Amino acid sequence: MGYDWHRPLEGKSLRFILLTTLAVMGGGLALVIPPFFLQGTVEPVPGVTPYSALEQEGRDLYIREGCNVCHSQQIRPLRSETSRYGDYSLAGESAYDRPFLFGSRRTGPDLARVGGRYPDSWHWIHFLDPQRLEPRSNMPNFAFLSERPLDLSLTRRRLEVQRKLGSPYTDVEIENAVEDAKRQMQAVVKRIRADGIEVSEAEAESEVIALIAYLQKLGRREGGV
Amino acid sequence: MAVVRGFAISALLWGGVGMLVGLLAAIQLAWPEVNWGPYLHFGRVRPVHTNAVIFGFTLGVVFAGTYYGIQRLCRVRMFSDTLSRINLWGWNAIIVAAAVSLLLGYSTSKEYAELEWPIDIAITVVWVVYAINVFGTLAKRREKSMYAAIWFWIATIITIAMLHLVNSAAWPVSWMKSYSAYSGVYDANIQWWYGHNAVGFLLTTPILGLMYYFLPRQVGQPIFSHRLSILHFWSLIFIYIWAGPHHLIYSPLPDWAQTFGVAFSVMLIFPSWGGMLNGLLTLRGAWHKVRTDPILKMFVVGLTFYGMSTFEGPMMALKTVNSLSHFTNWTIGHVHSGALGWVGFTCFATLYYMIPRLWHTKLYSTRLADVHFWVGTLGLVLYVTPMWVSGVTQGLMWRAMNPDGSLTYTFIETVAAIRTYDVLRALGGALFLSGVFVMAWNVWKTIAQGSVEIPEPQAGPSEGELAPVAGGR
Repeated sequence: MGYDWHRPLEGKSLRFILLTTLAVMGGGLALVIPPFFLQGTVEPVPGVTPYSALEQEGRDLYIREGCNVCHSQQIRPLRSETSRYGDYSLAGESAYDRPFLFGSRRTGPDLARVGGRYPDSWHWIHFLDPQRLEPRSNMPNFAFLSERPLDLSLTRRRLEVQRKLGSPYTDVEIENAVEDAKRQMQAVVKRIRADGIEVSEAEAESEVIALIAYLQKLGRREGGV
Repeated sequence: MAVVRGFAISALLWGGVGMLVGLLAAIQLAWPEVNWGPYLHFGRVRPVHTNAVIFGFTLGVVFAGTYYGIQRLCRVRMFSDTLSRINLWGWNAIIVAAAVSLLLGYSTSKEYAELEWPIDIAITVVWVVYAINVFGTLAKRREKSMYAAIWFWIATIITIAMLHLVNSAAWPVSWMKSYSAYSGVYDANIQWWYGHNAVGFLLTTPILGLMYYFLPRQVGQPIFSHRLSILHFWSLIFIYIWAGPHHLIYSPLPDWAQTFGVAFSVMLIFPSWGGMLNGLLTLRGAWHKVRTDPILKMFVVGLTFYGMSTFEGPMMALKTVNSLSHFTNWTIGHVHSGALGWVGFTCFATLYYMIPRLWHTKLYSTRLADVHFWVGTLGLVLYVTPMWVSGVTQGLMWRAMNPDGSLTYTFIETVAAIRTYDVLRALGGALFLSGVFVMAWNVWKTIAQGSVEIPEPQAGPSEGELAPVAGGR
């Protein structure tokens, strides 16, 4: 094969730029457009609901602290994975996840179905001092989350934006977002205290409570697991 | 060229910072007590590392290299000095904003696209400035033919623009918080389409452009084959963009998309090796020069690691291998064999070539550059090897089962099993970083003995002896 045919192209910058654009558009369009229409065909998994106001706050904290850097939320359809973590992940289960949080590295275990696996009090102790529960763990200590009050000033706005993008929140849910979040916080704190752990008033309104609420939601569906 | 000098220095600075932060992250994995408070724990530190080395260091060298190379290949000054300056200061402001905002916890969570929407808009503006500047220079060039290095830079500019715009689509919640416009599996699809091609078009094509320009210059003979350049350029850019879904094998992404990802990843071996061979064969008849020239040594090790990681990548994209390697340290090892070996050394070689010329002097010490090369190579091997071993170890332990079908190991046992390797990789990273410090000292002394004063001619030196026709097949 000669290269004479290519020679004129090397002298025409605009034509070269356009051809390059075409070359990268091929895979660009093929992988971006058809899956977009598949979105609508993703089978809704019964019982999967959007995050509550507090859980959404917790999810945003999960992102802020980069938990997804070390924890995946995607169980593969492999025997060893389903034995360890539970049923493999279905497309419909992450339908309300903006952004998705599949992760790419399991420095720590997968969390796609961690909800309900441990009591709230376990998570409380674990966030404050992971090595107390597992001396060989290399997870950082997140005690500071129990010292920072949870900021609820954007809670409504968070749900509003999620609704704009497609999550089916009702007007009432958005209207009452802050009260709902506070109520769910009290419920979490009550369960932790019931296990004999002392939680101060300030700690009862701290960020770590929202994060625990979020983790407990993961993999859980309405009406059973 | 003040802007080229600026980018050369800022790149080296961000390289030092970014790799130092990387070392901190590596230490944190081995010793969790080294995580400090809200701002300096692994979850926030790791994106600072990746952003600083990819966007601060690598892209800094790419900007410097394109501004240096394009003016000489086109025999004209850049289209606009103002745009060049906006590019330099705007880009560095973005990197500062990135480092600060990531440590403060402002993140979209999407890998290599963690920056929040105002910074994303700033990136778009600076990228358009860069594109106008480069394309404007091409339009007024005085050399008829565009050399292969330019093709790769064109592909970089176009593709990154497309990827960045599509993947960053989000709805703002507040000044520094937004939600992705896409959800769940589709969001994952877009993100890895972006993520994989960020590797393709930030860490591969522009670096190939640097190799195409600076390697023949340093060897003193033209690129091995013009025909091979054509073949591997078009096939590389066409195939690369399809391979993203290999990051989502065994995920809920539709099977057909996963299969596309696997098939195109395997095909990628050929254009990738085309580039490696074209580079290595450019040394034909001049291999004796490699013995004494640290810059050539770096190019050779860079190309060799390019070849190795572009063989390893397609293998890891095979479903069978991926079921073992995915989610383990093997992936991190793979990335670093490309990032430290191919990108790192090619960028170092480019800087070693440009800096003495930019300050009108000779390199302060060739011997120190040699030390950098050997320390860096040793660090690279000491980094990558433990990552391979620990990746395979963890993958095998995760799937190990007892005869009764129960899992053999708890998760924490698999964490404990790789700890030694985590320590070794931190050591490897420290060695690689110390090489960069040696380089920084060498560059410092070179700049001190040089001068920016001597005015540069409007057009660069003749590139005639490099014109592909002159010697290419």
